Amino acid sequence: MKTELLKKALKRHKALKNEFKNTYVNDQNKATKPDVPAGLYEQCPSCKKNLNKKTLVVHHYVCDKCGHHFRLRALERILLTLDKHSFLEKGLGFITLNPLFQEGYEQKLETARKKSGNDDAFVYGYGEIEGEPCVLGVLDSHFMMGSMGSVVGEKVVKSAEYAMLKKLPLIIFSASGGARMQEGIFSLMQMAKTSSAIKELHEQGLLYISVLTHPTTGGVSASFATLGDIIIGEPGALIGFAGPRVIKQTIKETLPEGFQRSEFLKEKGLLDKVVHRKDMRIILSTLLQLHKPRNETNDNT
Amino acid sequence: MTILDREKKLENLEKELKRLDDESAQETIKQTINEIKKTAMKNLTPWDRVLLARHPDRPKFNEIVSMLFDSFIELHGDRVFGDDSAITGGLAFFNGRAVTVIGHQKGKTTEENISHNFGMAHPEGYRKSLRLMQQAHKFNRPIITIIDTPGAYPGVGAEERGQSEAIARSLYEMSHMSVPIISFVVGEGGSGGALAIGVANKIYMLENSIYSILSPEGYASILWKDSTKQKEAAEAMKLTAHDLKDFGIVDGVIKEPVFGAHRDKENTVKIMRKTLENALRLYDHKNAFEIRNERISKFRNTGFFQRFNYENLKGVY
Repeated sequence: MKTELLKKALKRHKALKNEFKNTYVNDQNKATKPDVPAGLYEQCPSCKKNLNKKTLVVHHYVCDKCGHHFRLRALERILLTLDKHSFLEKGLGFITLNPLFQEGYEQKLETARKKSGNDDAFVYGYGEIEGEPCVLGVLDSHFMMGSMGSVVGEKVVKSAEYAMLKKLPLIIFSASGGARMQEGIFSLMQMAKTSSAIKELHEQGLLYISVLTHPTTGGVSASFATLGDIIIGEPGALIGFAGPRVIKQTIKETLPEGFQRSEFLKEKGLLDKVVHRKDMRIILSTLLQLHKPRNETNDNT
Repeated sequence: MTILDREKKLENLEKELKRLDDESAQETIKQTINEIKKTAMKNLTPWDRVLLARHPDRPKFNEIVSMLFDSFIELHGDRVFGDDSAITGGLAFFNGRAVTVIGHQKGKTTEENISHNFGMAHPEGYRKSLRLMQQAHKFNRPIITIIDTPGAYPGVGAEERGQSEAIARSLYEMSHMSVPIISFVVGEGGSGGALAIGVANKIYMLENSIYSILSPEGYASILWKDSTKQKEAAEAMKLTAHDLKDFGIVDGVIKEPVFGAHRDKENTVKIMRKTLENALRLYDHKNAFEIRNERISKFRNTGFFQRFNYENLKGVY
């Protein structure tokens, strides 16, 4: 019985990955920003200008007119960040269950799987940036807004444990609306679980870089995402604990311009740096080099 | 008919009982009262428990502390920005033993509630709580936390001062404290705001308290786009003490008197005292390392999922 289920799960995972690669990744010329109707042009949600998709891909999915950063899928992020063919996915085979028997949760998961090409919202594995090895984890906001349920929490912990096992630095790209409501109290507890794993990582003296992308709010921002040794934000990303709508309702006033955006957070001293997507690779690789353990020849000099 | 309506009915009957002189009439009223008391707590819906958890007379932090501990001394401020009145903390004796007590503070009247911001803390509140916990860690005092909050405060100032970071840092440090931490959820346990002082070795809940990821109203409005469905949401969210005990998230449920803890605060606190005594006794003979590891592994094992081991199945497909 179990092997039957397992075979099915494996098959589905492979099929999903293949389908996803064929649609979005393999042919860079054909690659399009997902969830927009097919066509040569697509509209920038920020400046409303029509952008050529080919140039969009060349510009790392950033609008060349106004600098709007499009949301990325996990695989697109991995391909943009890591060296070619260096990614080795870890932590496969997690099955998201429905602990509270919520109606419609399974269907939602199924659509989200199709939309994102992943089994759940978090993907991690071994990778290299400009030859520097690291463990890279990516939250995918196309999977139910990257919300953190039991599987995401477990995989974040696993990624930290893998980094500890291999003595490698950990980089996590967050993009999440918060905890996954359908899993109720279990997803709340993932906040404590992931924070505890990051503490363990720090105690072992390993580097943890947290990159906050649009959007990072709620339970994710209030746990592992804001616990990095170095916290980087992408330009214009929405980062905060409560969403702007909730705050608006509570204080019954309009919010200031640029409130809860990366630049605002940097001004308030909550971010180390705001880094444009085209510079992300070089900044990350430099940071990794700076944190390399000194070898013996260096010690003597 | 919600539990509050039933309670009102009971109160009216009790008033009438005092007013009446006729013995036979008193007798019939007494019977109805007994009947109401007998059936009142049966078939409580989750929504009834939400109403009880939010009851304005529910025992508040200062009442519980004054009954449970001796010579409580409140300590103020986070040393960085200010003092948050939504979280109170300090030192006290519990059965002659020094402990650190931290909890959310709600008020009974509207003015009191406004001054305590309805128990919704700002970042400085969590930083104060963390400061007191680190102090407890230094002087090897057990930490007792009392949770009663709708959630962390969503406001401009809170965001500017890093609400997320304050909560995250709290979770981060609490998970690795080497003194025992015991938590009681006495009213509402709302999302990150509650968890930020609730990463404990043992978590106990009063029978009619709730602990959830967000309010039933919020859940209904986000998932079903209809905030009037809060009753159904309370049902679906599994936020009652007994549900959470079944999930293994909380370690014990503290029994409450008929119609809730506010009807007999002394007795409720008496059971809390007994529970706390027993809980602290568990850690008397454990060293710092064991206490810390127990908490880490407790939270490490939360979650509900299944995993297939791909590595073991090479060649299957």
